[in-house]
Amino acid sequence: MTTAIEVNCETGEVIERPLTADEIAANEAVAAQAEADRLAAQAEAETKAQAKADLLAKLGITAEEAKLLLA
Amino acid sequence: MPNTFVKIASITVGAGGAASIDFTNIPSTYTDLCLKLSTRTNNTGLRVRFNSDSGANYSWRRLLANGAGSFSDSNTTFGSPYNTFLYFSMQDTTSDTANTFSNGEMYVPNYTVSTQKSASLDSVAENNATTAYMAMQSGLWTGTAAITSIALTPDTGTSPSFAQYSTATLYGIKNS
Repeated sequence: MTTAIEVNCETGEVIERPLTADEIAANEAVAAQAEADRLAAQAEAETKAQAKADLLAKLGITAEEAKLLLA
Repeated sequence: MPNTFVKIASITVGAGGAASIDFTNIPSTYTDLCLKLSTRTNNTGLRVRFNSDSGANYSWRRLLANGAGSFSDSNTTFGSPYNTFLYFSMQDTTSDTANTFSNGEMYVPNYTVSTQKSASLDSVAENNATTAYMAMQSGLWTGTAAITSIALTPDTGTSPSFAQYSTATLYGIKNS
């Protein structure tokens, strides 16, 4: 989608124009940031899951047994 | 007689959709502004910027609810760049019931004063499912100039898009 709609509230004129290079760059930056955030969240979740698995292995119990202990 | 709710301008998105909707040259002859939306986009949120200000000059908080529960958050939950715009939540997207459009309203009192501007935003997504959301939001823009433009952009990446037949209408309100 590369069209922007502008309405001039003084004149009522409506302009449909192509996005500028700056606007396209800004959108791409947003997409890049969103992807970076997604990857960071995924990495954090994986790190937490691995730490949990390591701790269970160290304790020699299963996740279900851990739940029983905490219940 | 009070001259309330004067339509300043209205936009209906045409075939092919649009990446953004901008109201420019908003006159300063009213006391308040009210923006009514009927939209379908490719993201549940809209970014709202005043006077093309993309600085970290915005803050907002919202209360969300659907058929299963409710919660609240704010721009600080998401960090930057969510402090560079007001967030207009819960727009209908392509995952909602086909051909439905969300309803939303943003009210900006005293939009010409030389102090920061507050805004209230509420919206509901139309979806024939229990996960249809509604949102009530408060917002603040620290800009001290009169609001002369409002830009709306779906909160997504390389291809923000308003669907055809989405509408946005800006009203001016006078209290005398």
